[in-house]
Amino acid sequence: MADVTMRIWRGDASGGDFENYSIEQNEGEVVLDVIHRIQATEAPDLACRWNCKAGKCGSCAAEINGKPRLMCMTRMDQLPEGPVTVTPMKTFPIIRDLVTDVSFNFEQAKKVPALLPPPMPEGGYIMFQEDVERGQEFRKCIECFMCQDVCHVIRDHEANKLHYSGPRFFIRYAELEMHPLDMNDRRDLVREEMGLGYCNITKCCTEVCPEHIKITDNAIIPLKERVVDAHYDPVAWLGRKIRRKTKTSAADAAVQPAP
Amino acid sequence: MTSSYEHHDYDVLIIGAGGAGLRAAIEAKQRGLKVGIITKSLLGKAHTVMAEGGIAAAMGNVSAEDNWQVHFRDTMRGGKFLNNNRMAELHAKESPDRVRELEQWGALFDRTKEGKILQRDFGGHRYARLAHVGDRTGLELIRTLQQKVVSMDTDVFMECKVLKLVHDENGRIAGCVAYWRPTGEFVTFSAKAIILATGGAGKSWKFTSNSWEGTGDGHAMALWAGAQLIDMECIQFHPTGMVWPISVRGLLVTEGVRGDGGVLRNSEGQRFMFNYVAPMFRDETAESEEEGDKWYDDHAAGRRPPELLPRDEVARAINSEVKAGRGTPHGGVYLDIASRRTPEFIRRRLPSMYHQFMELAGVDITSEPMEIGPTCHYIMGGVKVDADTAATLVPGLFAAGECAGGMHGANRLGGNSLSDLVVFGRRAGMGAADYIESGQAATSLDMTEVEAAVQEALAPFDRTEGENPYDIQRDLQEMMQLNVGIIRTASEIEDAITQLETFTDRVKNIAVKGGRAYNPGWNLATDLPAMLTVCKTVARGASLRKESRGGHTREDFPKADPEFATFNFAHTTSGGNWDSEIVTVESPLLPMPEELKALLEEAK
Amino acid sequence: MAVTESSTKVVLGGTRGGPDVATLRQDRWWLQPVVTVSVLTAFVIYSTWAAFQNKYYYVGANVHRDLISPFYSPCLASNCVPGSKVGFAFSGWALSPALLILIFPLGFRLTCYYYRRSYYRAFWWSPPACAVSDAHASYTGETRFPLIMQNLHRYFFFAGLIFNTLLTYDAIRAFHQPGLGWGVTVGTIVLLVNAALLWLYSLSCHACRHLCGGQVKSFSKHPIRYRFWKFLTPLNAKHMNFAWASLIFVALTDVYVRLVASGVFSDYKIF
Repeated sequence: MADVTMRIWRGDASGGDFENYSIEQNEGEVVLDVIHRIQATEAPDLACRWNCKAGKCGSCAAEINGKPRLMCMTRMDQLPEGPVTVTPMKTFPIIRDLVTDVSFNFEQAKKVPALLPPPMPEGGYIMFQEDVERGQEFRKCIECFMCQDVCHVIRDHEANKLHYSGPRFFIRYAELEMHPLDMNDRRDLVREEMGLGYCNITKCCTEVCPEHIKITDNAIIPLKERVVDAHYDPVAWLGRKIRRKTKTSAADAAVQPAP
Repeated sequence: MTSSYEHHDYDVLIIGAGGAGLRAAIEAKQRGLKVGIITKSLLGKAHTVMAEGGIAAAMGNVSAEDNWQVHFRDTMRGGKFLNNNRMAELHAKESPDRVRELEQWGALFDRTKEGKILQRDFGGHRYARLAHVGDRTGLELIRTLQQKVVSMDTDVFMECKVLKLVHDENGRIAGCVAYWRPTGEFVTFSAKAIILATGGAGKSWKFTSNSWEGTGDGHAMALWAGAQLIDMECIQFHPTGMVWPISVRGLLVTEGVRGDGGVLRNSEGQRFMFNYVAPMFRDETAESEEEGDKWYDDHAAGRRPPELLPRDEVARAINSEVKAGRGTPHGGVYLDIASRRTPEFIRRRLPSMYHQFMELAGVDITSEPMEIGPTCHYIMGGVKVDADTAATLVPGLFAAGECAGGMHGANRLGGNSLSDLVVFGRRAGMGAADYIESGQAATSLDMTEVEAAVQEALAPFDRTEGENPYDIQRDLQEMMQLNVGIIRTASEIEDAITQLETFTDRVKNIAVKGGRAYNPGWNLATDLPAMLTVCKTVARGASLRKESRGGHTREDFPKADPEFATFNFAHTTSGGNWDSEIVTVESPLLPMPEELKALLEEAK
Repeated sequence: MAVTESSTKVVLGGTRGGPDVATLRQDRWWLQPVVTVSVLTAFVIYSTWAAFQNKYYYVGANVHRDLISPFYSPCLASNCVPGSKVGFAFSGWALSPALLILIFPLGFRLTCYYYRRSYYRAFWWSPPACAVSDAHASYTGETRFPLIMQNLHRYFFFAGLIFNTLLTYDAIRAFHQPGLGWGVTVGTIVLLVNAALLWLYSLSCHACRHLCGGQVKSFSKHPIRYRFWKFLTPLNAKHMNFAWASLIFVALTDVYVRLVASGVFSDYKIF
């Protein structure tokens, strides 16, 4: 097959620039294969992060021709003709070449209040398929952080990183809020500290998700609606006042003893 | 400490952040200890995410007849009786509780109609035993444990590569020396106990399902530190890896495809597995396609189809078919679920397989068969440990998960690895905590060991003329695939042993370009010593085991030999360096208590 | 990248990789915003003109069928043309009666999750497309007034339901008028399709899906709400399609009624 020109960002915090590599391309290859061939031949110190090379670990996220993609799942023959531009994820600080410091995400992970289930009955919890299915969609997340990368709230507004946890964590909060066993209520937290209101549902997170999780429709908007239940819905507020019931979620939890 | 390196101090230090490492961390943390986890990559990326089919636990949610005794029997038979029987027993007894506790931490398994955890059939398991989440069970396991570990405020050192374990002056494990991949700066750790949970070593073969991380660091570091490695010749070649396109050759195709009705056919369209049923499995395997097909719907109506035999049997059969000229254009066989199940069923049960073939090979598995062939998948061999505590022979050093040996004997059953991780990860955490509480832990790092490791790691930068580490890795993978692959023979193994000495010299002559910060060439250079150490033990074991058993198949000794069923080959080194001479001895198997013997007898 | 107890803070200001340009995308990312701006602008111009015109919105039964433009129904002012009025009327309203009611469907669409996505992207360029830089230096999303009012979407949804009911009533009444009996014209079908599309748009609404079932934690404990949710979920996935279809069709319905009412052509009778 014909050679292809790879325009790869080389550099670190002190600066960088594109470097062109003209390299052979074989049938069925993905971008990561070509990067690996460059490493093995021309540039052994070309930094890129990868692990499974099967779209399951989410390590090799980068921006290919300007769009966040997994390098291991982007086939060369499906890219348009001409040079292929590969740059590191823009939202996170660069470490070197295509590797970025994604610790922002691990910091957000620490802020998530864990699942709070009731004590486990003898023989295990009883939950039904329809109870777990919504959460299972979100748990498909491979933490590639491309949704975080593409989200303009932090991509274009660095300061928002202080009070915005991002789509990856909104699906985590949604998963917990929809967990049939959970007795926590994180609605105040996502509104006040995790910056749910910063999301203007422009859906880029959904567009880039390699697991095809419907982040916006199935997680963020339902979370926003839950926040409306708790904060912006005067009728619901009045209803709660009358019933003197402040936390609906705990009472709603599907806790049943094993039969 | 008066060193110039960044230094950290822990009670328990865990190397590896896959399922075993994270489960060990939870246990040690619950004992109130100061716990640190070191991982070569980011948290949550470990090879555990690649596990697809499920986690084996005799909960009996689908087949009420199931119990730990049957699971124990299946594990021992699958392992061709080379297993550490105490490990197999603990594993079978404890895995149901380990699975259930995952739900307490947030895991969401697929459910039965009664609302219990759903279990699926898998090769070598008599009953439907694998708790699962579609075909991404490993991801569920690691994410659950990761979230639990994070919620417990555990320190995790990411993208930090451990070079060597360090002793104190009395030979106890006292810590380790490592470097940060992002900066290339060295860092030392003191620890009262270290748990190795570094996973596998499959990266030394050309066609492998393992990622770059599977370089056998834990195996090698344990050996260098004075521990024993056993069963290293027993390598599992998973029968179903992708064979095309070449860039994804080796990528895993879950056994769940067969558990859910997929069958293997050769280029003539024949379901060839019926011709490869070993005597040991004849009683419980279907004799005709009709009988096998009935079993999927009603396990009482027929016996299991032969596609669900243990992995070593299936991998060998595929290998034979391809050798006999009945393979596919790309040198595999066909795995066909399209003609047997509806597209909706396939997409629901095997979403990531559907995805994987669609995106990487342009194959729609709901309408076309997959081309598959064996791929290096798992190493049964590992650090010899005490079953109850996961302690190695070196005081203060523990090992769990794939890098520990004994649990799976000569061949691992699918689904037994995830359960292995949580059962023995927990036991390693307990073992380390008990060891620390007993008050014999080490005190100070031997800084001469630290300095030696640092000097060795930096040496490739000093050589201006030298070899590219990528060339060495590629040659090593090709050599091991060719000579110590799925089918082995004396002349090839001896050739490998000779060649490995040459590789040792080549590794000593590596030159690395660039700086220390996130330099993958240098990172590979620091992985190669461990890879070579592992390859050497594999080749030695393969040479000595003059029989075929489980994940070790000798063309020149095609039958299992009962004489070899009484011991493991155990490797040690006295020098403590990666190029020190390896000594191999016969280490007798753990005697089996009468009640366990009875379980195996009963089943026959 | 150590994650240790001492470093639980997010650090700002790290150097980013890649060139400092708005986007490296080479595809036609601007196409979608251009289409959105064109269609929405055309709709706004037309509907404003139609709402202020204050005539030709009603085709009385004496012409043939009782057709009323969706922009003017329910006609609530005393100055509504004869026959178009409902029982209740504001007296003394001198402007177009459309202005009394349009705030509700307008509010429903303005606060709709789908339209928000579209106009934030196309009109406000925040962002114009994925991985294309935001056009604004600062950004507070929907955390402050006025955009915090988007949270009232569910009330506009409720109002929308009332309008859907009234417009459905209009459509049915057009098929069967006192004194004329049953009959079908292009106009009646247009009104019916318009009502149907508005129902689909409302039922596929995210707030609707949440309120009908999505808000519960355990579906197995709420089987009926689960069935509602299951029914609405595939509709919700098509919310965008219904949003556009109903928007365009509501304008076309007004065009049709307007042309008939102004005598350009007469409503074509089918039977």
